[in-house]
Amino acid sequence: MIRRLLPLLAFAALLLLLYAGVRMNSGKDVSAIPSPLIGKTVPVFSLPVLGEPTRMVSNKDLLGRPYLLNVWGSWCPTCRDEQPQLTALSRSGKIRVIGYNYKDAPEDAQNWLKEFGNPFEFIMADEEGRVALDWGVYGAPESFLVDAAGVVRWKLIGPITDKVISEQIEPQLAAMEKAP
Amino acid sequence: MKRVALALLLAALGVFASAQPIQYRDSAEEAHFRALTEELRCVMCQNQSLADSNAPIAHDLRLEVLRLMREGKSDAQIKQFLVERYTEFVLYKPEVKPMTWLLWFGPGMLVLAGGVLIIVIVKRKARNAPAAPPSNESQEW
Repeated sequence: MIRRLLPLLAFAALLLLLYAGVRMNSGKDVSAIPSPLIGKTVPVFSLPVLGEPTRMVSNKDLLGRPYLLNVWGSWCPTCRDEQPQLTALSRSGKIRVIGYNYKDAPEDAQNWLKEFGNPFEFIMADEEGRVALDWGVYGAPESFLVDAAGVVRWKLIGPITDKVISEQIEPQLAAMEKAP
Repeated sequence: MKRVALALLLAALGVFASAQPIQYRDSAEEAHFRALTEELRCVMCQNQSLADSNAPIAHDLRLEVLRLMREGKSDAQIKQFLVERYTEFVLYKPEVKPMTWLLWFGPGMLVLAGGVLIIVIVKRKARNAPAAPPSNESQEW
């Protein structure tokens, strides 16, 4: 009897396995590559500030206070969608919001800011996209949460939504305050 | 006629050059570069290799790979460079280590297990068959 049921049981086990696989991946962006940078210090870099090409900002300049680094470009339609959330975050004073203008022409970036508003404290410009490789950036928008010691705590690939703020960013900020 | 062909050829070369502005030093470098980028996975369009992809990030990464090659970095060092930034995701051939044993040897083990199962069943049937014709009860699935 058991022998006869064996194939059926094997098939049921396979179904269960496949179902678990689908369930575990549903609702997740399976194409998002988790950042190997989490828990590590940010890469060493020095980039000019958008609009002030002679002013350079380095990784050391950003130490001392946590910040949200938002990778954007005027060529990126999704970056428009998260602009209100970024503005709200910036206004709330919970965290510094710093822009990272990725593979963009400075004039296009400036026009975008004029048209949609500027949520950033300041913006670093990476026209070539060379430094972005060290950050493991491969598109926009992407966002990093970095703590006061310059350690990457969290990374998001895709737009910042209200849900992301309440379910991910705020808990991360709370954790950072507890263990700075 | 010849002139038209030449013009077409030049136009084709122009298109090629704008899509692929990489200047190789020699054919050995080109072959090495191609072999290496074939083994790397594009992070943006994830079903293409770095060599095939037209995504801007793939272009940037190709230039970076070439730069590292010219700095004299070994293939392993270049792969390590990319893994540190984009995880093992970028390797079409992941390293063989405990984490990836199942990936590397799993299919082979399954085939082996299937083979053993078939041998066992066939042998058992061969042993049972001549002794007595199979009744309904002893018939196997």
